[in-house]
Amino acid sequence: MELATVVFYLIAAVTVGSAAMVAFSRNIIYSAFSLLGTFAGVAGIYVFLGADFVAGVQVLIYVGGILVLVLFAVMLTHRITDVQITNRAVGRLPALVVVGILLFLLVQSIRETPWRKAKEILYAPTTAQIGDLFLQSYLLPFELASLVLLAALIGAVLISRKELKE
Amino acid sequence: MDHPVQTDFLRWIVLLPLIGAAVNGVLGAVLQKRMGKWAISLLACAPVLISFLLSLQAFLNLLALRPENRFLIDRLYPWLSLGSLKVDVAFWVDPLSAVMILVVTGIGGLIHIYSTGYMHEDKSYWRYFAFLNLFTFAMLVLVTGDSLLLMFVGWEGVGLCSYALIGFWYHDHVNTRAGNKAFIVNRVGDFGFVLGIFLIFWSLDKQGHGTMTFREIQQFASLLEGQQVWGIGVVTLATLFLFVGATGKSAQIPLHVWLPDAMQGPTPVSALIHAATMVTAGVYMVARLHFLYSAAPETLLVVAGVGIATALFSATVALTQTDIKRVLAYSTVSQLGYMFLGAGVGAYGAAIFHLMTHAFFKACLFLGSGSVIHAMSGEQDMRKMGGLRQKLPYTFWTFAIAVLAIAGTPLTAGFFSKDEILWQAFSSAHGSPLFWVLGVAGAGMTAFYMFRQFFLVFFGQCRADHHTQEHLHESPSSMTLPLVLLAIGSIAAGWIGLPAVFGGSRFAEWLEPVFGAHHEAHASATLEEILMAASVGVAALGFYLAYLMYYKGKLAPERFSSLAGGLFYRLFHNKYYIDEIYQVVFVGGTLLLARIGAWIDRYIIDFIVDGSAKTTAFISWFNGLFDNHVVDWLVNKIADTTFEAGDRFRKVQTGNINGYLYVILGAVLIAMIIKLRYWS
Amino acid sequence: MAIGLTHYLVLGAILFSLGLYSVLTRRNAIAILMGVELILNGANINYVAFSHFSTGGLDGQIYAIFVIMLAAAEAAIGLAIVLAIFQIFHTIDVGAVETLKE
Repeated sequence: MELATVVFYLIAAVTVGSAAMVAFSRNIIYSAFSLLGTFAGVAGIYVFLGADFVAGVQVLIYVGGILVLVLFAVMLTHRITDVQITNRAVGRLPALVVVGILLFLLVQSIRETPWRKAKEILYAPTTAQIGDLFLQSYLLPFELASLVLLAALIGAVLISRKELKE
Repeated sequence: MDHPVQTDFLRWIVLLPLIGAAVNGVLGAVLQKRMGKWAISLLACAPVLISFLLSLQAFLNLLALRPENRFLIDRLYPWLSLGSLKVDVAFWVDPLSAVMILVVTGIGGLIHIYSTGYMHEDKSYWRYFAFLNLFTFAMLVLVTGDSLLLMFVGWEGVGLCSYALIGFWYHDHVNTRAGNKAFIVNRVGDFGFVLGIFLIFWSLDKQGHGTMTFREIQQFASLLEGQQVWGIGVVTLATLFLFVGATGKSAQIPLHVWLPDAMQGPTPVSALIHAATMVTAGVYMVARLHFLYSAAPETLLVVAGVGIATALFSATVALTQTDIKRVLAYSTVSQLGYMFLGAGVGAYGAAIFHLMTHAFFKACLFLGSGSVIHAMSGEQDMRKMGGLRQKLPYTFWTFAIAVLAIAGTPLTAGFFSKDEILWQAFSSAHGSPLFWVLGVAGAGMTAFYMFRQFFLVFFGQCRADHHTQEHLHESPSSMTLPLVLLAIGSIAAGWIGLPAVFGGSRFAEWLEPVFGAHHEAHASATLEEILMAASVGVAALGFYLAYLMYYKGKLAPERFSSLAGGLFYRLFHNKYYIDEIYQVVFVGGTLLLARIGAWIDRYIIDFIVDGSAKTTAFISWFNGLFDNHVVDWLVNKIADTTFEAGDRFRKVQTGNINGYLYVILGAVLIAMIIKLRYWS
Repeated sequence: MAIGLTHYLVLGAILFSLGLYSVLTRRNAIAILMGVELILNGANINYVAFSHFSTGGLDGQIYAIFVIMLAAAEAAIGLAIVLAIFQIFHTIDVGAVETLKE
């Protein structure tokens, strides 16, 4: 096997393994930390797909931002000194069955569909082109996204602050 | 000019105040509690004073170079490199910005020292100085930034600090409103400024020379000629947009409304921001881009027109104000108008000269009024003052000198600079005698309202209540020392720019590498002397009227205020009702728009909704009739079934999200299975 | 067998399924949000993989970036809501927060 293939399987294993931890762990702290492996693994996958910028964004926002947020939320809503930080899960069996069937069907359809093939597969730096696209074809969604983020920012502050009782 | 000298210390001129602001801003509260206010004062004043010394050094360095090489630059690092847009963080000092950094750090430093006395009782001492330092930093970025973009950073920075300092005593709602007003009005101007920057960059980029640095813009300015947007020359349009920004920052008509309200801030802030530095940013910007403005005669006419209109307009308003700081505020707006008049007739050097002398005497006036307010226990109404001459000797004498300077008394700084502007307005290629006549009229009014204030405050009987009178006291030396220094400057600063008839201006010579050779007017020296004498005469008339009315009391002010049924008086006193007009047009307009939206929502949308509801109601009524009489038993049957079904379905609607999820998933699974089985 | 589109799609599908499983079984609101993040990551892998193998352009990557942006907004708001709920109910078990249900 080629080295690249080995590395791919390694990263994929890390990603799936830590995602499984997120899904199955009984302790929410473990879940939250496993999320790190998933996000980092996905970033690695992006690198494999020649998406260097997206990989960078993934690391910056998911690992640097969202993960920290999640950890904060976990810490703020649980007494950290408790040994048993529960992560209650109910109805495991039916969920497992349904999700299993879904996964089977998904894989089935992925394998059977004749996907379109690109003419050539490129591995070129994408950042400059993405920047151009954002400021040209995707300018409106880009600006909208900035508005959404602003609204989210204000909303988050407004919702989470303690009510000032006069 | 081709080999700018890299001078590493320039960055410290700019960065030291930032460091001061950062330290005071982050650690200020702790320091104040642990070590006392002196630590804050030291941390705040030292950086500005060191900056001043460094500025002097830069000035001396420039002086050592040959005039055409007077140019220092300090490149810190490349900031942006996007396509053809390349911007460095670089500070530069040429003769023009050298003048500005000396004014900003010099007068700014004095005001810092003054503030240590004035703000001593304030709880948020550290916050005040953090903002004051931050402001100094932003202003220095504005004047030393070597590109339009960096200038814009400073431009926004001073706006922000101005907002924070006007609303410094934020417990009072009036102050925060004034801060908001300043910020919002400035935003209108800044929008124009941004458009101007875009336009310049865009049209230079089309020629393959996209750049933002002033030197390169100057180099490629000729490429812009002949280019048009919407049938207007690019240069004209860009300079007009930039001038909109200048009217916002420098409080010109129609965006002047924020400055008088900005007097809600602490008095040293008014002196620093709203007299000496920030408001001059617009004048500086026009002077900086003089090569563009000179290439756009239409814009120059607009600049000069707006300038003289503002000068006259606010002079008339200042005639009737009774608040000691408001008089000064309108006087500032008026003097800024003179600067724009100077810039608008192409006499950029004269405008900058007036900017500098004005910084001295207006800072002195504001600080003097601060000293008065301090002594009067916060009273600002001049009608309740009077007779403060003996009680506040230092304040009195320094104030007197500054009043003489602003009124244009011969041999003071204001005389030389204002006369330079008036002379240029008369004689330069872009000028006209009309500008001169209006300018002189404004100068006469200036003399009148300044002496009116002077007599009301310092002479006659004290009209304050008993309690305030007992507490009258001269301010501490930290406040009087800056006053004395500024008063000296109010006289001496003029002598570096003597008019041609008295031996020529060293100041104009100094700025020559920036603005090009001085165009010596064609009119004769005799004419200049005659005009000078005329303007002094008009100013003297203003003084004499004020003397009669407010010192001798021989002439009742009512004789003038009741002219034309008091129409003019009311107009002036209420500032031409501009605030009210803006309130109705813009604020009211926005509210009207909201109300129209609400009306559409209430009547049109609701009508449609109500209509469909009523239609439905009618149909069901008809249906019910039909049911009742025709298929009664069936109805009961259906009702029973429905009820039973509902009772069963109720259990599905559990509010349990998982349940819903399972249903959705099940549906998806079935759909997928069908698809894979039967269609593939 | 060389690594191709199918591998990435299967990987995405696995992440998606694990996320779905989390959402289905968890009772802790934060854990549910984590599941949503897994689902979004799985979807993003699909976007980027299609963009790489099928269309050859960068549009898929742009969409992935938009998804990440919205995920950030969603996480901020979602966690703010979780904190608010915690302040009121002193628990974030979604089963316990049922005041809307009569």
